[in-house]
Amino acid sequence: MASEPTMTPDLLDRYGPNLNYTPPGGWEKNNRTGPEKLVKTHCSFCGQQCGIQLKVRDNHLVGFEPWEEFPYNKGMLCPKGVKRYLQGTHPDRLLHPLLRTGEGFRPISYDEALDLTARRIQEVKAKYGADAVAIYGGASMISEKAYVLGKFARVAVGTKNIDYNGRLCMVSAGTAYKLAFGIDRSPNPWSDIPKTDALLVIGANIAECAPVATSYLWQMRENGGKLIVADPRMTPITRNADLYLPLRPGSDLALLMGMLHVIVRENLVDHEFIARHTVGWEQVRDSASKWDPRTAAEMTGVAPERIEQAALLFGRSPKAMAIHARGLEHQSKGVENCLALVNLCLATGNLGAEGRGCFMITGQGNGQGGREHGQKCDQLPGARSITDPAARKYIAEVWKIREEELPGPGLSAVEIMEAIHRGEIKALFSMCFNPLVSLPDANFTREALEKLEFFGVIDFFLSETARLADVVLAGSMQEEDEGIVCSSEARVQKINKAVDPPGEAKSDAVIICDLARKLGRGEYFPFQSTREIYDELRVASKGGVADYYGITWERIEEEYGVFWPCPDLNHPGTVRLFEDGRFWTHDGKAHFLVTEYREPGDPISADFPIYLTTGRVVSQYLSGTQTRRIGPLVDLYPEPKCEIHPRLAEQYGISDGDWVKVTTRRSDVVVQALVVRTIRPDTVFVPYHWPGRRSANRLTHRTIDPRSKIPEFKVSACRIEKATAPPDLDDLRREETGIGHDLGQRPDLMRNGRIGAVSNQKDFQR
Amino acid sequence: MFGREFYIDPSRCIGCRSCMAACAECESHRGVSMIHVDYIDRPNSIATVPMVCMHCDEPTCAMVCPADAIKKGEDGVVRSALKPRCIACSNCVLACPFGIPKVHLDVELMMKCDMCYDRTSVGLKPMCATVCPSQALSYLPAETVKETRRGHPVNDFRFGNEHVSTLVSMIAPAEAPVIAVDVVDYMWENRDADQYEA
Repeated sequence: MASEPTMTPDLLDRYGPNLNYTPPGGWEKNNRTGPEKLVKTHCSFCGQQCGIQLKVRDNHLVGFEPWEEFPYNKGMLCPKGVKRYLQGTHPDRLLHPLLRTGEGFRPISYDEALDLTARRIQEVKAKYGADAVAIYGGASMISEKAYVLGKFARVAVGTKNIDYNGRLCMVSAGTAYKLAFGIDRSPNPWSDIPKTDALLVIGANIAECAPVATSYLWQMRENGGKLIVADPRMTPITRNADLYLPLRPGSDLALLMGMLHVIVRENLVDHEFIARHTVGWEQVRDSASKWDPRTAAEMTGVAPERIEQAALLFGRSPKAMAIHARGLEHQSKGVENCLALVNLCLATGNLGAEGRGCFMITGQGNGQGGREHGQKCDQLPGARSITDPAARKYIAEVWKIREEELPGPGLSAVEIMEAIHRGEIKALFSMCFNPLVSLPDANFTREALEKLEFFGVIDFFLSETARLADVVLAGSMQEEDEGIVCSSEARVQKINKAVDPPGEAKSDAVIICDLARKLGRGEYFPFQSTREIYDELRVASKGGVADYYGITWERIEEEYGVFWPCPDLNHPGTVRLFEDGRFWTHDGKAHFLVTEYREPGDPISADFPIYLTTGRVVSQYLSGTQTRRIGPLVDLYPEPKCEIHPRLAEQYGISDGDWVKVTTRRSDVVVQALVVRTIRPDTVFVPYHWPGRRSANRLTHRTIDPRSKIPEFKVSACRIEKATAPPDLDDLRREETGIGHDLGQRPDLMRNGRIGAVSNQKDFQR
Repeated sequence: MFGREFYIDPSRCIGCRSCMAACAECESHRGVSMIHVDYIDRPNSIATVPMVCMHCDEPTCAMVCPADAIKKGEDGVVRSALKPRCIACSNCVLACPFGIPKVHLDVELMMKCDMCYDRTSVGLKPMCATVCPSQALSYLPAETVKETRRGHPVNDFRFGNEHVSTLVSMIAPAEAPVIAVDVVDYMWENRDADQYEA
């Protein structure tokens, strides 16, 4: 039934996004009473999970203090970490469960909200079957919540259709590493980077998406290591690249195969490593023969000499590493791309040793941990396959259910939305996911959500997606729960609770367990705390690939995190994989796998002659549900801009700052041009953190990788033209309010003077 | 202080402005950053540079202040203007060779970086140098810089004939021991006409 209510000024005032600039009570110290405490925990805003100390007073976050002892970041933080505390005590915070009414929302009691949600789920189940109910989870949550949500879907609801927003993030890399190594984890720790001699960074905007990791890259260069950067854009790390490869979006596989070709030709291959530890080399070697640098250059738009140089640098260095992120993975051949990179490392024997290996950078707060323990449609806890009979038997035993009751593999995140659109899935229950902003083809997502018979959401802000919900349960923020996350380098870390959920908001884990009780399955959810959930998670992971059994909360705190796998309490944890030459595959070997080049799913044509690629900026996180409410972060980059090379801009008569209409086969957006020589002239870039009329995901397409099911966010076809007018301000006002100071200067957009009203200058008094 | 010095390595800067975000958290200038991060030439490059106060040995800002509002401590740190004295005349803003001081007209006061006096005086690192993810801003013992950085710390600058030595060092490429910034280099007469782009 749900469609978005008209966001009246009253609704926008209450639910935002409004911009928070100051700690609770303002900067005046005397507004804060009570003793101050520092809570050692981690930042909520990316997979690096930097250590941070949150400053707490009177059950409010009032600031932060660097945590210099934490070994990964040693006190370093990006602006998101510095300002993360401003999401606490935010005026937009949901304090009560909400029921959708004709005009908007009204607060209801917690019990009412639970009863309603349970009843509607039961009704849909009775009418259409359990698989007509889908569950969405998120990878920014602590692992305990991810675990209990996976169990909830399969045991309390009985649906196979649970998936999570990590499907938009890590799955291509994870699928490739599982195929090649039998394990979905980065083989090396960050501390290996400064020890390598050559580092290939492909499709990873490290300076903006994992900023603290930059210090590791720079230290490698101080030590004499060489940096190779492959990206259609010069991202900030390119300023110190020894070799820059400006490849065409979607052509990564050709670049990697071209490099492999040169490595074979120059016999820079580690024959001993290949013979002892791998299978499948001959086929991969032969498949590289057609990828001579000239052919690769034609596909990638990178000069053949540069491809040669990159290959020689990588192949001749005693130690080499390759790092990748969404640029390589957000493609309909994302798995192939990652396999090609793995092949390059295997061929040169760069694996299983200090400063030698490959590294995938997780994007979300718990991107690694969030996919290991059961909210992924094809996995059970411990990163077990849901189709493996032994795994099913073991988990059924841990969960005290019959194996026949345990559903099989379900649909992935994009497929769930498509099944909703087709009318096959009738109810959706979503936690920590804002698909209206983060899924590709946003107009399609909206149509789908409007078709649901029931849509329930747990969130702490009324996200753009939650506006379409029938019921919204006020859940918990990261700082309101105690539990664990797993960082990008597979270090299991402890999130400590700093404050209680405010008002009638509850811990997400409590809500899930209470809802399970309302569904008559309470006996399977007897947990009194996230610690009890974690203890069950440890047992459920025991013997799996992602074995956490030996990792206790106490050990994590004592040892500044423990790297999994860690099968028993005396096990030191596994900082680096494959050091003993053992892989997690059935034959214990690393697998070379042949990769085939395929055209992107949304090819360029005469009508759509330009590549569109999307990504992040340093001051925003994911769909912006949290960071678009933090004033100082919004000020750093208030609105999405379209990066255009002057050569392309000139062709269309576009100058810096002009409004540009970017159109794809789906839809269009109007954003301001940023005319820069730091992007390929056949490509434009628009960041994706914004909703509504400024949403880059109105433009992207739903083509997914056949194996990982990741959408192809990084390659779309578009055309551009100078817009006749800026976007309609009324539309913008209807959809969103946190539109930053550029628009804040326009009085017609200043609702009740609220936008930017708590600005830096005004608030400052001395 | 406590055996550590402040270093700026512009080549490391990634423009994230975490330093500015952290600086603005200070109790003494709530919500306002004393650090400037700028793109050098955004149309042509992603290069950015962070600037904190260089804390000159003979601070020009203090010498030109008609109200005697700017003081240098024994630790060599040049403090922000004294509120009871500052008349917000902007002499210091115009005189500083590094472009550091800013006058805040709303409070009629010049404010600038004082190297987190509240932190450094008790053995902590300045906030910006603690959080900087690329360590373009860092606060380290001189030996550590020698051992871990290829560049060369410079704290002696020339502006025309003017010598300025500073407490804060810039990390420069090893082949450039003194950073010379001569106005003549930038004047039209010395410029290759072909390079001019209107």
